[in-house]
Amino acid sequence: MNRFLLPLGVFIVLVIFLWIGLTLNPREVPSPLINKVAPTFRLPQLQDSTKTIGPEDLRGKVWLLNVWASWCVTCRQEHPLLVEMGRQNLVPIYGLNYKDNRDDGLALLKNSGDPYVLSAYDREGNVGIDWGVYGVPETFVIDKSGLIRHKFIGALTPELIQNKLIPLIKELNGA
Amino acid sequence: MRSKFLVVLLLLLVMPLAHADQAVIKKDDPVLEKRVMTLSEHLRCLVCQNQTIADSNAELAVDLKNQVREKLRQGQTEQEILDYMVKRYGEFVLFKPLVKSTTWLLWFGPLLLLLLGLGVLIVILRQRRKLMQQAPTLSADEHARAASMLSGNGGEGHS
Repeated sequence: MNRFLLPLGVFIVLVIFLWIGLTLNPREVPSPLINKVAPTFRLPQLQDSTKTIGPEDLRGKVWLLNVWASWCVTCRQEHPLLVEMGRQNLVPIYGLNYKDNRDDGLALLKNSGDPYVLSAYDREGNVGIDWGVYGVPETFVIDKSGLIRHKFIGALTPELIQNKLIPLIKELNGA
Repeated sequence: MRSKFLVVLLLLLVMPLAHADQAVIKKDDPVLEKRVMTLSEHLRCLVCQNQTIADSNAELAVDLKNQVREKLRQGQTEQEILDYMVKRYGEFVLFKPLVKSTTWLLWFGPLLLLLLGLGVLIVILRQRRKLMQQAPTLSADEHARAASMLSGNGGEGHS
């Protein structure tokens, strides 16, 4: 009897480990920037290249930075959700137009609606690297003191917005 | 006529090269390029996670290599650049994990398993030796009987 118990035990432990492994997403690398000061930048605006935008302009506000590009298919799927959020005026959404062609980016906003207060234009993707962006879309939540409080990797979903994003924004605005 | 055709053909061959020049990244310094590649081998490509950015042609990997090149050119040290990347992308970006308390199991787990296996092997061998020693010995009479049975001379076995 005993000689079966040990292999069975080992097997069960292995199954538990593999089971947990199945529920993890290796593509989701936790950002070390959480609860750190948002990396600063100064970029031209997408709509008006003579004006610039940077995180300092938004001190004292809770805001979202949504990294997007016209060539990114998942961003297009996410886009209607952002437009809807913008309409509800939940939180100011700023865009980081990442490695995009200015005309393509503007065309997308014209055709599918513009949820952004403003979009910064990161042609070379250097600001993206500075923010640890490795797959678009990504959405950062920045608090009033300029700290990054959360990062959504990949497209937002209605569930994520309802269960995670909105409570977080309420909490940050209340504090 | 024929040579004209050849010239056109050659021009067509050269055309893609003219296009490849679009990116304005200068790679004219072989010493710098070598340093970029060496450092890139220590950085993980987050899009294709089992590759280093040196091995990968993913767009992000190319961007990160450019960033490495830029920073080396500015005179930053290898360690400074690694620190910068870790601050942005987390320790996961290091292709070779750091040795620290949370990664001890990763680094020394295999050694632990090896030692465990050796231990089990030693215990089993000891037990077996003990069994051998405890095996009942045969008397001279029994030896003779066994020998005769083995040589096929009947004895009193099965008829």
